[in-house]
Amino acid sequence: MMDYKAATLNIGRHTFALYAMSGMLVLLIIASLAVGAVAISPVEVLALFGNKMGLVETVDATQSIVLFDIRLPRVLFTVCIGMALGMSGAALQGLFRNPLVEPGIIGVSSGAAFGAVVVIIFIGGIAPTLIDTLSSWLLPLFAFGGALVATFFTLKIGNYEGRTKVTYVILAGVAVSAFASAIIGLSIFYADDQQLRTFTFWTLGDLSVATWDKLYILFPIIGLSCVGLIKLAGPLNAMALGESEAFHSGVSVERVKLIIILLSALVVGTSVAFAGIIGFIGLVVPHIVRVGLSPDHELVLPASAIGGAALLLAADILARTIVTPAELPIGVVTAAIGTPFFIYLLINSKKKRLI
Amino acid sequence: MTLETKGISKYIGKKSILNDCSIKIKPGCFTAVVGPNGAGKTTLLKSLSGEDKPSTGKIVMNYKPLDDYQGKELAINRAILPQQTIVNFPFTVEQVIEIGRYPHNTSRTENEAIIQEVMRQTALERFSGRIYQTLSGGEKQRVQMARVMAQLHHETDLTKYLLLDEPTSSLDLAQQHALLSIAKDLCGSNIGVLAVLHDLNLALQYADEILFLKLGQTVAYGKSEEVVTEETIEDTFSYPVTLLENQGRKIIVPKYFKENFSAKTKQIAYEHSN
Repeated sequence: MMDYKAATLNIGRHTFALYAMSGMLVLLIIASLAVGAVAISPVEVLALFGNKMGLVETVDATQSIVLFDIRLPRVLFTVCIGMALGMSGAALQGLFRNPLVEPGIIGVSSGAAFGAVVVIIFIGGIAPTLIDTLSSWLLPLFAFGGALVATFFTLKIGNYEGRTKVTYVILAGVAVSAFASAIIGLSIFYADDQQLRTFTFWTLGDLSVATWDKLYILFPIIGLSCVGLIKLAGPLNAMALGESEAFHSGVSVERVKLIIILLSALVVGTSVAFAGIIGFIGLVVPHIVRVGLSPDHELVLPASAIGGAALLLAADILARTIVTPAELPIGVVTAAIGTPFFIYLLINSKKKRLI
Repeated sequence: MTLETKGISKYIGKKSILNDCSIKIKPGCFTAVVGPNGAGKTTLLKSLSGEDKPSTGKIVMNYKPLDDYQGKELAINRAILPQQTIVNFPFTVEQVIEIGRYPHNTSRTENEAIIQEVMRQTALERFSGRIYQTLSGGEKQRVQMARVMAQLHHETDLTKYLLLDEPTSSLDLAQQHALLSIAKDLCGSNIGVLAVLHDLNLALQYADEILFLKLGQTVAYGKSEEVVTEETIEDTFSYPVTLLENQGRKIIVPKYFKENFSAKTKQIAYEHSN
């Protein structure tokens, strides 16, 4: 067995882990800004930022446009979505006391997919011109609406005598997802080839839709929700013992459950609405943090946010470079990296009896 | 100062689970609750912990109605040790105990010192840094005991209460006594202990007062030496017993066994269980 002594009393160690991960994230951000069709070296990236701040005088105008209008919004967009998926996954796994839960369990993703299908197939079918002009906003709006409706039903069905019953919530999530899938299937049945292609790509995730406008919406929602979730680290640790035990320890269990489900639905709903369904980040990252560093939620929550952002950025770099000038769907890359790693972790933690 | 129920009853639908039950947990006193399955023991404990509200009757803790306490305020003055606690994440022993510090606003350094202290009191030093999931049932229960001790660890003039819910049901002989002795020791000047126990002999050895419950009704309640009689036990458990005395200690054994464990005993047991 490893020496867990250092992990037990956890000041210092956490700060170090978080700083190390943040440093890694910054390096990945610079790498991601440097990679692409127009060559910009990491040094030039720094110079361009220096120029914006008035420190460096002469820079290449094309590089500047590419960096600040295309790559930077995309990188920040990716960071936000990675954080949202990582942290909501960590919070929901903690709430459901199950390391194999992913954010989609409360029906959010299927609900969003349902909203997307409505826009792509029905509205797109009736008014193709409308979809062209409004596509970048109509799709996220409907997807977000679908996510909210699905979460609402999941919570409503999961409610028993005024209390949110976790088992019912999971079953309700399964039911809501199944129903949404049925309608999605039906819609696909009526879709033409082009619509089918658009929808399929949406379900694999797409980060190329990033713009500054979208970031202005995405950033505050995800930023504030993440701060809210981090504050629940203490209650989440107590919940690991069970709901009764958490109540006995002084946690307002019902309030905590509701806040976690709503905030997670909000961040996942927003992410899925803008970038489509990106799997595995919310499942794998919290698990890696828990087994690799510590299961203390004071670490798991922020570290999953940083790790989620880092993993998604790395996946995005691969997605953009493997088949240049084309781009692989991001969901394909996250699943391709995530699955083998996840299997490795499962086997490893089975050996150590950690699950 | 006490934690007491004043004639509480609990109904689920029309079914009465607990009927007009009054009990008083006092500082320095170890109270045991015994009774057959379905007697309402767990319901009583859940009501006392504030987790479940009785249908009628009042519960008062340190002169104040239990309903008037907020989550953390309640948690610093009463703690519950469950039958067993499963943790699905690889928390270390210290991290599990630290959860007991949740309702307190003490610094991390203070918490660490308290964790060390309760680990010493429960003889858990050699499990320092171990993953909770890898411990045996008895060791896990001792860690939980340390956690509830950490939860009650603070200076106060108020009486604190420790409620144990069948804490020994999955433990072997030595572990049962180890755990109950810790509880008995805790039961000092300003802590009152209540334990739901299945084993009557354990109750006899540790409890100062005993409450006998049957089908939600109080059969007997009072000082151990006064209430423990063959009749009370037979009434409560619907099973004939003999009370033996050995070196001043009472021991309960079934009335009929081995040589005369006949069809008659089986018949009695069968009739009473219906």
